[in-house]
Amino acid sequence: MQALQSVNEFVIKFANVNGTGSASANNLFAKAIFRMGLPVCPKNIFPSNIQGLPTWYEVRVSERGYLGRRGGVDIMLSVNPQSMPQDIKEVEPGGYFIYDNTKPLDLRLMRSDVNIFGIPLTRICNEEYEDPRQRQLFRNVIYVGALAALLDIDFAVLTGLVEDQFKGKDKLILPNIHALELGYQYAQEHFECPIGIRVRASDKVGDNILLDGNTALGLGAIYGGATVAAWYPITPSTSVVDAFERYAKRLRIDPGTGRKNYAILQAEDELAAIGMVVGASWNGARAFTATSGPGLSLMSEFLGLAYFAEIPTVLFDVQRAGPSTGMPTRTQQSDVLSAAYASHGDTKQVLLFPSTPKECFDFGALSFDLAERLQTPIILMTDLDLGMNDNMSPPLTWDDARRYDRGKVLNAEQLEQMERYGRYLDVDGDGICYRTIPGTHPEKGAFFTRGTSRDEYAVYTEKGEEYEKNMHRLMAKWETIKEWVPRPLETQSEQDTDTAILFYGTSEESSMEARDYLAEDGVPLNAMRVRAFPFNQEVADFIARHERVFVIEQNRDAQLRTLLMAEFELGPDKLKSVLCFDGTPISARNIRKQILQQMPGYNVTPLRRERLVAGAENRS
Amino acid sequence: MSYQLPKFRHPDLPVNALGYTRADYEGSISTLCAGCGHDSISGAIVRACHELALEPHKIAKLSGIGCSSKSPTYFLGKSHGFNSVHGRMPSVVSGANMANRDLLYLGVSGDGDTASIGMGQFAHAVRRNLNMVYIVMNNGCYGLTKGQDSATADAGSASKKGDPNPFSAIDLPGLALQLGATFVARSFSGDKGQLVPLIKAAISHRGFALIDVISPCVTFNNNPGSTKSYDFVREHAEATGTVDFVPMREEITTSYPAGRSQEVTLHDGSVLHLEKLAPDLDPFDRVSAMVALQRHSAEGQILTGLIYMDKDSRDLHDIMETSRRPLNSLVEEDLCPGDKVLANINASLR
Repeated sequence: MQALQSVNEFVIKFANVNGTGSASANNLFAKAIFRMGLPVCPKNIFPSNIQGLPTWYEVRVSERGYLGRRGGVDIMLSVNPQSMPQDIKEVEPGGYFIYDNTKPLDLRLMRSDVNIFGIPLTRICNEEYEDPRQRQLFRNVIYVGALAALLDIDFAVLTGLVEDQFKGKDKLILPNIHALELGYQYAQEHFECPIGIRVRASDKVGDNILLDGNTALGLGAIYGGATVAAWYPITPSTSVVDAFERYAKRLRIDPGTGRKNYAILQAEDELAAIGMVVGASWNGARAFTATSGPGLSLMSEFLGLAYFAEIPTVLFDVQRAGPSTGMPTRTQQSDVLSAAYASHGDTKQVLLFPSTPKECFDFGALSFDLAERLQTPIILMTDLDLGMNDNMSPPLTWDDARRYDRGKVLNAEQLEQMERYGRYLDVDGDGICYRTIPGTHPEKGAFFTRGTSRDEYAVYTEKGEEYEKNMHRLMAKWETIKEWVPRPLETQSEQDTDTAILFYGTSEESSMEARDYLAEDGVPLNAMRVRAFPFNQEVADFIARHERVFVIEQNRDAQLRTLLMAEFELGPDKLKSVLCFDGTPISARNIRKQILQQMPGYNVTPLRRERLVAGAENRS
Repeated sequence: MSYQLPKFRHPDLPVNALGYTRADYEGSISTLCAGCGHDSISGAIVRACHELALEPHKIAKLSGIGCSSKSPTYFLGKSHGFNSVHGRMPSVVSGANMANRDLLYLGVSGDGDTASIGMGQFAHAVRRNLNMVYIVMNNGCYGLTKGQDSATADAGSASKKGDPNPFSAIDLPGLALQLGATFVARSFSGDKGQLVPLIKAAISHRGFALIDVISPCVTFNNNPGSTKSYDFVREHAEATGTVDFVPMREEITTSYPAGRSQEVTLHDGSVLHLEKLAPDLDPFDRVSAMVALQRHSAEGQILTGLIYMDKDSRDLHDIMETSRRPLNSLVEEDLCPGDKVLANINASLR
C-alpha cells in the first residue's frame, strides 16, 4: 500500500472527548511544531457542551506558510470510539490512522488504503496510574509523546514546553515528561519511526507569535483606551472580555491607590450591554461590548439610536453559525448583512473585517478612534475561527507617540467663545458635527440627546424638511467615513487576467492558497481583501477592472456579495459566489473546486476525494 | 414641539448659594396635557435642585420612552439630557455613571417604561446599587398610546375607556425592597411638601434611590373607578411620617418635639429628619418596610413617604473599586501600557 510521504507539509487531526484535558495536550503538540520553526494553524472544532461529546483539533503544518484549512486529513489520531467510524473515513488514501487499540477496531471500519497504527493508550494508563483523572489526562500526553517518535518531533522542545507550561507548579513537570516518554517509547518499540510524514526543524516562523483573535481584541481594547466594558456572556465572544479583564488586572490598576482604571459590567442581557456602552460613550469614556449573532440581533435597537443620535459605540461581533442559536461553537461569516444595516429605519453601520490576531489588535484599538472621530457605531466583525483558535500572527506593536483621536469634542474654552452651539450643525461640511460631554461648561453646550427627529440645535421637531436634511447629512458623513476606514489590500497576478477573487476576514489564508493552486491549473487570479464597510473607492475600481470576480465567504446567502451589489448597483453576472457554511473554516481545496466549476471551459471532473469519501465534500 | 420659556424673570426672585434663581433650573414649556401630574413632579425636581444649589451642568437627566420620559425636557435646561429607548434608561445610566462618577444621575421613567418593557433593566440597576435617583411617574396607564392599562394598574381599577383591569398590579417599592434597593420612597405628584424633601434625600443618598410617584393621568385615568385618580389617591394615601431634609451647609433650626421622630445623617453630611413615623414602620429595617407596605396595601391604603433607607449603602463604584477619578478623564498615560509591555506579551506567545 502506498503511504503518504511529506516533510513539513501535512494535516493532522485529533479526535477526542471534550472535558478530558485534550485541549492542552493538543496545544502542546501544535506549539512544539511552532517552536521547531514551522508555521502551524491549529483549529479547535468543539461541541456546545462541557463534558462528554466528541471534539476535534485539526493542525495544519506548512513550511510553505499556508495557514488556512487545506482540506483533507493526512493523519488522524482518534481516541474517541464515539467518532471513530467517521474519523477513519476522513483520512486521505495513503494517510495514517492512529488510534487507541485497547479495544480492537471494529473490522467493518478497517480501510485497506490507510496505514493503521494501534497504541493501547487506555491500557498503558491503567497500568501506570491509579487515579481515574490522571488516567484520563495523561492518556492525551502519552499520545503526544508517541507522535514525537512517529513524526520525529524534537523531544527536547516538548520537554521545554512542559517546563514553561508548569512553571510555578513544578510538581507537575516530571509526571508530564514521564507520560511523554511512555508514548515515545511505545512508538519506538512497536513501529518503524519516523513514518512517511515527518517534521524537520526549520526557520519559517521568524518573530511571529501564536495568539487567538479574542485575546488580541481584548488587548486592543486595553491599548485603545477602553475604560468601560459591558457584555453578556455568549460563545464565541466570551474570551474577549475575559482577556480584557485579565490584562486590565495587570496593566490598569492605579499604582497609587490600587483602584481600577476600568469598569467591567456583566449585564443582564445584550440589550443592557449595548445600552451601557452607549451611555458610557455618550458620557465621554471609551467603551465596548463583545457579542455574537444572537446578541447582535438584540442590540439592533440601540445600534439604531447610536447611528441616529451619533454616539460613538464599539461592538466586537465574534460571528458563529446562525440563524437563531444555530451552531454556537462553529464558525461563519453570516452576520454581515444584519450588522451592515442593523436596526429599523434607514441605517448604515461601519464594519471592520480583521483577518489576523495582529489585525484584531490593531483594528480593536482603531475602533475607538474611529467611533469617536466618526461619531457612530463601529462593528468589528471577527469570527469563531479567528477568535478562538491560536493563529500564527506577526507580533503586536504599538507606537508610543500615538495619541487617541477623540474626534470633534468641544472643551469649555471653545464653548465659551461660541455664540450658539448646535449639536447637529455641519460646521465643517464633512457631515460630522461637534459633540459636547456632559459637565463641560456651566452655561453652554448642554443639549438633549434623543432618538427622535430634531433640528440642528438638537431641539425636537417633526418638520419633514428638517428630518430630511439630517438624513442627507448622515449620508454625507457616510461618504466621509469611506476615507477613514482601512483600505482594501490587493495582490496582482504575475500574468494578465480578467478574473479576480475578493474575500474578507478569515477566508484570506485559504483563498490565497487556492489562488496558488489555481495559478498552477492555468487560472491566474488577482486578489483583493476587503477590510471595511462602507467600501472604499478602490473596491469599486477593482471590481470594475475585472470581467469576473469570485466573492469568497463563509455563509449561505453570499452576504458580502449582496452588499457589494446593493452598494455599487452591480448586476448578478459580474460577481460569482464561493461559499462554505457547514460551520468549519473554508478550505483551500474547496475554494479551488468551486472556482474551477464556475470557470468557462473548465468542466472539471470532481476532485479525487469525492469519489473516495462520499458525502464529505462539504468538509474539504 | 418645545417652546422656550420667556427669559424675563422678576429681579427679586430668590437666588441660591450659586446665585441661581429657580428659573435657572427650569426647562422648556411642557407639552403634556394640562393638569398632568408629571408637570408637578418636574416642578418638584426644579425646586429640589434649586434649593440644594446643585450645579445644573453637573446633573445628567435620562429617560426612556413615554409621557414621563418626555418630561426631562421640561426641567433643568442647562443639564445634558438623554431620551433613550423604551425601557432601557437604566442601562444608559449605568454606562454613563461608570464613565463619570462625579455627576448626579437623574433617571425619569414611567410605569410602562419601568414595570413592563424595562422591568429587567430596572431590577438589575437596583441590585447593582447604581448611584442614581430613579423617579417613576406612575399613572397606571399608557398615556402616549391613549390609555391602555399598565402593569402598575391595580386589579379592578378601571381607566376612562377600559374595563376593570383583571391582572394584579406590580408594586414597584415592594419589588425594589425585595431586590435589595437601598432607598425606597413613594409619593404623590399632588403633595409637593412631601415630594421635594424626598427628592433631596434621594439625591444625597449614595446608591440607587427609587421614588415611585403616583401621578394621575388627567386624560385617560382620572375617572371614578380608577385607583390612580387625584381623588382616590388623596383619600387613600397614608404617609409614613413627615420628612424634612436639611442640607449639610444649612444649620438645623427647626426644633422637633420628642417622641416619634428619627434623625439620620447622610454620607454627604446632610440630615434627614423623620417625624411622626407610623408606629409599625422602622424605615431603616428592610423587613419592617416590607411588612408595612404589604399591610397598607391589604387595607386598601397607599403608603407614601420614605419607606426604607440603608444608611450604610455602598454604591456600584464602591463595590467595584473603580478609580476615584472619573474614568472619562483618564488619558493615554493612565490607559495605554506602551510598546515595551507589548514586547513582553509577544515574547510569552512564542
